[in-house]
Formats: sequence, C-alpha cells, structure tokens
Amino acid sequence: MQTLTVSDVDLVYPGHLDGAPISALKGVSLEVKSGDFVVALGASGCGKTTLLNLMAGFMAPSAGKITLGGRPVTGPGAERGVVFQKHALLPWLNIIDNVEFGLKLQGVDARTRRERAVKNLALVGLEDFHKQMIYHLSGGMQQRVGIARALTCDPAMLLMDEPMAALDALTRETVQELLLKIWQQTDKMYFFITHSVEEALFLGSRLIVMSPRPGRITHTYDLDFNRRFLAEGNSRAIKSSRDFIEMREEILGIIYGDERAGAKERLDA
Amino acid sequence: MASSMATNVPARKNGSMLDRLTRSRPARPGVSYGAPGDGSSAMISLATAVVLIGLWFLVTSMGWVKPLFLPAPAAVWGKFVLAVTEGVSNSTLLQHTLASLGRVLGAFFLALVVAVPLGILMGVNRVIRGVMDPIIEFYRPLPPLAYLPLIIIWLGIGEFPKVFLIFLAIFAPMAIAARAGVRSVSIEQIHAAYAMGANKLQVIFHVILKAALPEIFTGMRIGIGVGWTTLVAAEMVAASRGLGFMVLNSAEYLASDAVIMGIIVIGILAFAFDLLIRRIERALIPWKGKI
Repeated sequence: MQTLTVSDVDLVYPGHLDGAPISALKGVSLEVKSGDFVVALGASGCGKTTLLNLMAGFMAPSAGKITLGGRPVTGPGAERGVVFQKHALLPWLNIIDNVEFGLKLQGVDARTRRERAVKNLALVGLEDFHKQMIYHLSGGMQQRVGIARALTCDPAMLLMDEPMAALDALTRETVQELLLKIWQQTDKMYFFITHSVEEALFLGSRLIVMSPRPGRITHTYDLDFNRRFLAEGNSRAIKSSRDFIEMREEILGIIYGDERAGAKERLDA
Repeated sequence: MASSMATNVPARKNGSMLDRLTRSRPARPGVSYGAPGDGSSAMISLATAVVLIGLWFLVTSMGWVKPLFLPAPAAVWGKFVLAVTEGVSNSTLLQHTLASLGRVLGAFFLALVVAVPLGILMGVNRVIRGVMDPIIEFYRPLPPLAYLPLIIIWLGIGEFPKVFLIFLAIFAPMAIAARAGVRSVSIEQIHAAYAMGANKLQVIFHVILKAALPEIFTGMRIGIGVGWTTLVAAEMVAASRGLGFMVLNSAEYLASDAVIMGIIVIGILAFAFDLLIRRIERALIPWKGKI
C-alpha cells in the first residue's frame, strides 16, 4: 500500500520577456492510494498536464510538497511510469525491444526481460507483434505498446496524459476496457488525464474536475461506473444508463462554464 | 447561353513560354496533385551527361578548342591507361589513389571519433557548447588554404599535417551535425527513459545518440565531401604522391589531359563514397523520415 500525496502545491511559470508570470496551479492538494484510479478533467489551461508533470517529477513545484510513500519526489523514477499523449516510443527499437527498454535500463537480465515484455504485450492484445518496427503500426497499436512499456517496468503508479486522444472511437473503447481490466488485476495508483467527460466517468474511481486561471481542483466525485463495467461487462449499457448521463451533463455544465468564462475574459482584455 | 459561358471561363492563351510555365497541369490518375517537382529526373540527368560528353567529343574532334585548353576524351583516356600501367608524376594511379584515400579516410575516421562525441556533448552540456561554439564557428568558414601555412609551420611537412588539414575541414560540419541531431530527440522520449529508471548517461547513450544518428549521417556525407575538396590543398606542399599532387604536378607541365583525368578520378571516388554512406545509412537507420 503506497500513497502519493500532493499537498498545497503552487506552480508559477516565469513570464517570458516582459510578460507577467503565469500561475498554472494554485493550492492543489490530492491523495492517490494504491488501487485508486484518479481521473483529471478540465477546460484547457486548467493545469492538468502541469500537475501530471509535477507528480512524474519532470518539474518541481514553486510551493508545496509532493511525496510518494512519505519521501519527497525530486525527479522522475521507475516507480512512476508515464504514458504520453504521443506514444514517445523509440523508433530504432522494434516492439518487444521498446517494451523491454525500461528493464534493460534497470539492468534486468535478458530472459526475465523478455518474459515480462511478452506477458504485457499479450495483455494489451499485441501477442502476435514482437519484431515489427513501431512506425509500421497504427496509432492505436503504438499507444498500446506505450502502455505495455509502462506496465513492464511494474511501477507503483501509472501517470497517463490523454493516452487516448489520438485514437479513433472504436480503438479508444477497446483500450479503455483493457485499462480497466489491467487496473483490476494490479494494485497500482492511476492518474489519468482526459478531455472526454465520458471517458473520465467510465474509467475513474475518483474524478477531479479542475478549473483554469489559476489551475485548481474545484470538484471531486467518487465514481463506481468502472466497477459496474468490470462486474457486468457491458460498457454501452453503462454509458447509456440514466445516472451516467445525468453525471455527464452535470460535469459538462461545469466545464462549459469555465470555457465561457475564459472566452469572456479574453474578449474583455 | 454560349456567350455567358464564355464570359465565366476566361479564355487561356496557349503557346507562350511564360504561360506554359505558370499554368497548373491537370490532375493525373494515381498521382497526388501539386507535389513540388514530382516525377523521376533520372533519365533527364542521364541525358544531360550524355549530351555534355557528346559536346566534349564534338568540340575537340572539330578542333574548335586547342588541346591545351580542352584535350580530347581519347587523350584523357590514354593518360588514364598510361597512369594505370606506367604511372604519371612518378607513381602509378593506384599508388596516387591509395595515398589520397589514406589521407581522406584517415581524416574522416579521426573526425568521426572526435567530432561526433564532441557534437553530442555540445548538445547536452551548455559549458562545452559555450567553449566550442566560437572556436568552431570562427574557423569553419575560413578557406583551408588560408591556414595551411600555419599548419605547416606548426606541424611540419610530414604525413600528419596533411591528414590534419583535411580533418579540420571535416570536423566542423560533423560536429555541427551531431549537435543539431541532439535536438531531434523529443522531450517525451527523454522523459519516458527517465520515468523507466534511466540515469543521465543511459539517456545520452540509448536515447539522444540514437535519435541524433540521422543527422550524424548527414554530417558524415557532408564531411566526406568536404574532405575530398580539401585534398588538393593538403597535397600542395611536400607531397610526392596523391591524386591532388598528381593534378598539381601535371598542371605545372601544362598536361591538361592528366589534370582532367585526375579530376574525374577524384569525382568518381567522392561520388562512390557518398553512395556507400547512403547505403549504410539506409541499412542502419530504417526509421529515418518515418516518424
């Protein structure tokens, strides 16, 4: 059982030239425990990706603290795997070598490496694709290789920045269902960013809604649609159920409100 | 009805050269419209070469140009055969070629092992970049002939200063290419490696160096080309063998057939090495341009 704690974090980007500094995050607090699937949702510019970068250790907060298992996060590490919006695979390696890459960096022997990579490729439905080069794959398959790569390092936490944004609707549903099955099988912490309200409701066990100017968490919801899917196995029925739709409209209302306020501010300025 | 059609569609003037150049061609089946310069140009290049060589035959056989200015192809070929069998300028063509190959390739590999690591380091370290940048950018545009005397004063007239002059010419484009290659790695790829437990050295070796390979190969191609162009300068002083020396030595005796023969041999060698590097590049970097 591990916990990642974000406590009262601010992040200010220094202004360029004579521009004023931009406050991207203000007073953000969040706790993610093993088994939590936290989804972050919000209008553009609300600091979702900034928050993920802070949790991953790609950036340090201007104020506040981020700790993992009580120890402060000072940089990226193998215990926090990241799945990027654009897959960020290495084109000079074939699929299986990409998936093994993290373990190779960690000095794991070749046989163990191969075993775990094979297992995780099968988990994302790519058991027949080992030697192909990644530029021969479709966008959806590349993204699945990215997920298998992050899983192979067996991190305590998975940070995902809109991993489905580039996928077509059909592939997206497949990968969503896959993610939930992996979530059920492993006791990891998940932090998942998305633009899609439907995706957020379907995947998350907890949903945080963020608002811009300055970026902060305004609403938190506990959800159980993902457990219902895992119990019943029918995603369409869940996504068209009355409570799912009501929830979706409520959250869309919040986000549209933020977007309109932002547009009005830009007009007034 | 017919007259209104005529006013809607402006009549095109056909025939004039300007009109033919500016008019868009109609779309063709299976070919994407508007790609700049589409279509193969290989046959046109071949025809150009044939025409130029034909012109060479024509002007020399008709006696329009004196052999001193432009010797006949047969005379150049004769010189080539003589150079291969008996030798020109004290050595056979093979000996000249081997001497020059040794210098150019020696300088090339020396540059490869020095310039590529240094270029990568310039890309990843601001101190090294700050130190090396003014040095490289200052000497890079200088003509090798300008600093040849200095190199002779400093290093003498042996074999090393010749290699060193070519090395200097190759070094700058290769280091600059390697440094530029560092920028072709995406920050996500670096972040991904760190988030899988990589240390800084592993990121440089396994991610940055690999991502820079396509640019490094471009630098190698430019480098070997620059190496051949510097060859004649390197063999100007105190050389007794080499293609550059052969050309210079023949020029002193106004043997323009040997000069042209030497130029063609250098040109063919340089072209062959460019093709070789391109072939290696395609084998080693299959992902180039695909990601």
